[in-house]
Order: sequence, then C-alpha cells, then structure tokens
Amino acid sequence: MFSGFDFDVIERALPYMGQGMLFTLGLTLLSMLGGIVLGTVLALMRLSSFKVLNVPAGGYVNLLRSTPLILVIFWFYFLVPIAMKKISGDAYATGIGPFYSALIAFTMFEAAYYCEIMRAGIQSVPRGQVHAAYALGLTYGQAMVKVILPQAFRNMVPILLTQGIILFQDTSLVYVVGLTDFMGAASKVAQRDGRLVEMYLFAALIYFLFCYSASHLVKRLQLRYGSGR
Amino acid sequence: MDFSVFLQPAFSGGGTYLDWVLSGIKWTLWVSILAWIIAFTVGSVLGVMRTTRLAILHVPATVYVEVFRNIPLLVQMFIWYFVLPEIVPKGMGDWLKNGMPMPEFWNAVLCLGFYTASRVAEQVRSGIQSIPRGQTEAGLAMGLTRPQVYRHVLLPMGYRIVIPPLTSEFLTIFKNSSVALTIGVLELTAQARQISEYTFRTFEAFTIATVVYVLITLTVTVAMRALEKKVRVPGYIGSAGK
Repeated sequence: MFSGFDFDVIERALPYMGQGMLFTLGLTLLSMLGGIVLGTVLALMRLSSFKVLNVPAGGYVNLLRSTPLILVIFWFYFLVPIAMKKISGDAYATGIGPFYSALIAFTMFEAAYYCEIMRAGIQSVPRGQVHAAYALGLTYGQAMVKVILPQAFRNMVPILLTQGIILFQDTSLVYVVGLTDFMGAASKVAQRDGRLVEMYLFAALIYFLFCYSASHLVKRLQLRYGSGR
Repeated sequence: MDFSVFLQPAFSGGGTYLDWVLSGIKWTLWVSILAWIIAFTVGSVLGVMRTTRLAILHVPATVYVEVFRNIPLLVQMFIWYFVLPEIVPKGMGDWLKNGMPMPEFWNAVLCLGFYTASRVAEQVRSGIQSIPRGQTEAGLAMGLTRPQVYRHVLLPMGYRIVIPPLTSEFLTIFKNSSVALTIGVLELTAQARQISEYTFRTFEAFTIATVVYVLITLTVTVAMRALEKKVRVPGYIGSAGK
C-alpha cells in the first residue's frame, strides 16, 4: 500500500511543526479567554430587560452563528486594516498584522457561541439565589459578580472546555489567509517536499491525539466535579 | 458602497458577477444537501449501533465517531482529496485523480457527509438513550424482538426528540460547506472572494455572501420549527441532552 512511506520527512519537519503548534495553541487560548469574557458580557446583555442591550446583542449573536467561520475570518482580515486606517488617521497604515486580525476574528466568532453557553449557565442557577442576593441588599452588579456568575461558570466548565476543543480544531482554518498554524506548517512542508500523504496523515494523527485526550480529560473532570444533576 | 457592481459583466466572461454569486449558491446548496443525505443515513445507522450492547456493532461505531470528531474538517478535506488517491490501489487511485468527473465536488460531499455523520450519530444516540428504559423493556415483554423494538418504539420517539439538535447539524453543514473552497469547490464564499479580487469591492461581495447565509439559516430554522410543531409529542418539552 505505502511504497516508501517517508518517516524521515516528518522527523526533519518537527521543529517547524512545533512552531506551528505553538501558534495554534496561542491562538486557541487567547481566543478562548477573549471569547469567554466577551461572551459573558453578551449573555448578560441578552438577559437584561433593556431592549437597547437585548436586541443588538441578540442580533450580533444570531448573525455570527449563521455565518461560516471562513467568511468571518475573511471579513476581519479585510476590515481590521481599514479600521486601523480610520483609527490612526494614516492612509497607509498596514493594520496590525494577520495574526491579530485572525485573533480578533476568532474572539468575535467564539463570543457568540460562548454567549449562548453562558446564557444557559446563568439561567441554570436557581432563581432563589438571585432573590436571596437582592434580599441581602446586593446590587445587580454585586449579585452577578459574587453570586450568580461563579455558580454559572462552575456549571458550564465542561461545555466551555468542549467548545475550546472545537476552537482548537477550527483554528486550522487560518490556512485560508495564509497564516502558519499547525496545519499550515504541515501543508507547507508537504508542498515543499512533495510528501502530502505523510504530512497530512501526521497532522491528522496529532490533532486526533490532542483532541481525544482533551475530551477525555473534560469527561473525567465532569465526573469528578460535576454538580449533581 | 456600490452594489451595482453585481450587474457588471464579469472580467473573464460568463455573465455578470451576479451570475457568479448564483453559481456559488448553487454549489453550496448541492454540496450541503448531498452531504446531509449521506450524514443522515450513515449517522442514524451509527447512532443506533452505538446504543446496542453487541460489541461487534458498538465498537466500530465508537471508533468511527471518535476519529471523525477529533480531526478538524479542513484536515479531513485534504486527506480525502490529496491522500486518498495515493493510498488506495493504483487503478482506483488513477481513476480518482484523472477519470472521475468533478473530483473536488464529490470529495467535498463525501468528506462533509462522513464528518457530519459522526455528529448526527451522537445526536441520535443521545435521543435514543433519553427514552426511559421502561419503553424498551415493555416492548421486549410484549414479544417484540430487539430490531422490532428499535423500529416501532425507540426510533419514532427518538427522532422526534432530536429534531432541534438535528436542525442545528443541518445548519452547520451549510456553514461547513465553505471549507470546500480549500480544495477548489467554487461555492458561495469562494465566489465572494473571487469577486472581491476581481472588482476590489470586498465589502459588497462579502455582504452578499453573508446575507445569503443568514437567509438560508432563517429559512431552515422556520421550516424546522413548522416540522417540529407537526410531529411534537405532547408531554415532551424540548430536546434530549446535548
């Protein structure tokens, strides 16, 4: 079947692939953090009774959840330099580089999904907690920060982490704007050395190992710390 | 912001840019619908297999789902398109590379179909497992064989329960069809990119693509809500688990 499967090309390429993996991990973690923060803010906006907060947040979330990630990457890749030109007033500003455009794209995209997760999390906290907090004289802000959000986060940790694993897989799509993440590195080596089979199968294997172990860890975490449902 | 660019004739012939957009929509719809047919049939079979006790059915289904869920869709596309023709026997490999009509399209359909099948399998499995065990046992007590229990008791309820998550999978297929642009399928996002490169009207091109995707999502959501209302079982609110 494999006449001359070349393990050597994988071995020689490992440092370069390592850089790509660092890129992927960095993009994943930063987008996750940004997405969770922004997503929580959006969730609070969607749950508020002020229409001026409710409606735009809902519109944003629905818009980003209906659009493919590749298109969102293209949008931000195209829009961020224009925004930089407007902000800095310099007609020839080149923007902040493709990595940051991709980071912004992923953060904004994931925020929509994290918003839905956090909204479910906040709604899963028993209403009695809210009433008790108000009865003790806490303001809305204090009730949220000290009582509701901590419980919501604890309930949602497995789902947040699972969404993080999905994000890890989705970062491979920065390939379409030429960024060198793990998949991009594998692809470049493959095209340079003419070894498509070995490199793509190796990339698939690494992604599989990472994601499989990560989802197993999440499952174990869920079993051990799961708030009994 | 000049939307009239879509009525201008295309630089490389073949009608106006609007025709490019329509062609992109056509390919997106074809890829998504054919992939969904594969995903739904294969995924249902796999989901049912995962709920059985027989290891010979259970294990391959679990392996399939784990493999296809943990490898990114882009990597899978590349493997279908670039790697598969190399590792199958020489005759078939040559046909895949030279003889097969529209190889990018069929590879995209198969890849997307089998990827989504693993997700559909999970939904079907959770739907079947959310039905109380009493139903299965009552069926068996009445003398039905296990296949008959599945056919007459579990699957009718199971599918009604998982219509909302399956709707979301159907929408996800439309969005994932955009990944096919990496192997050369000229679906909607690819056409939008091409138009933006030929006319420099990036904003208009991407706006049209975004609007089309939003419209597809709205249409499917409304249709699925109507379907849900028709098949709803009184007493069962909402969907089963994740």
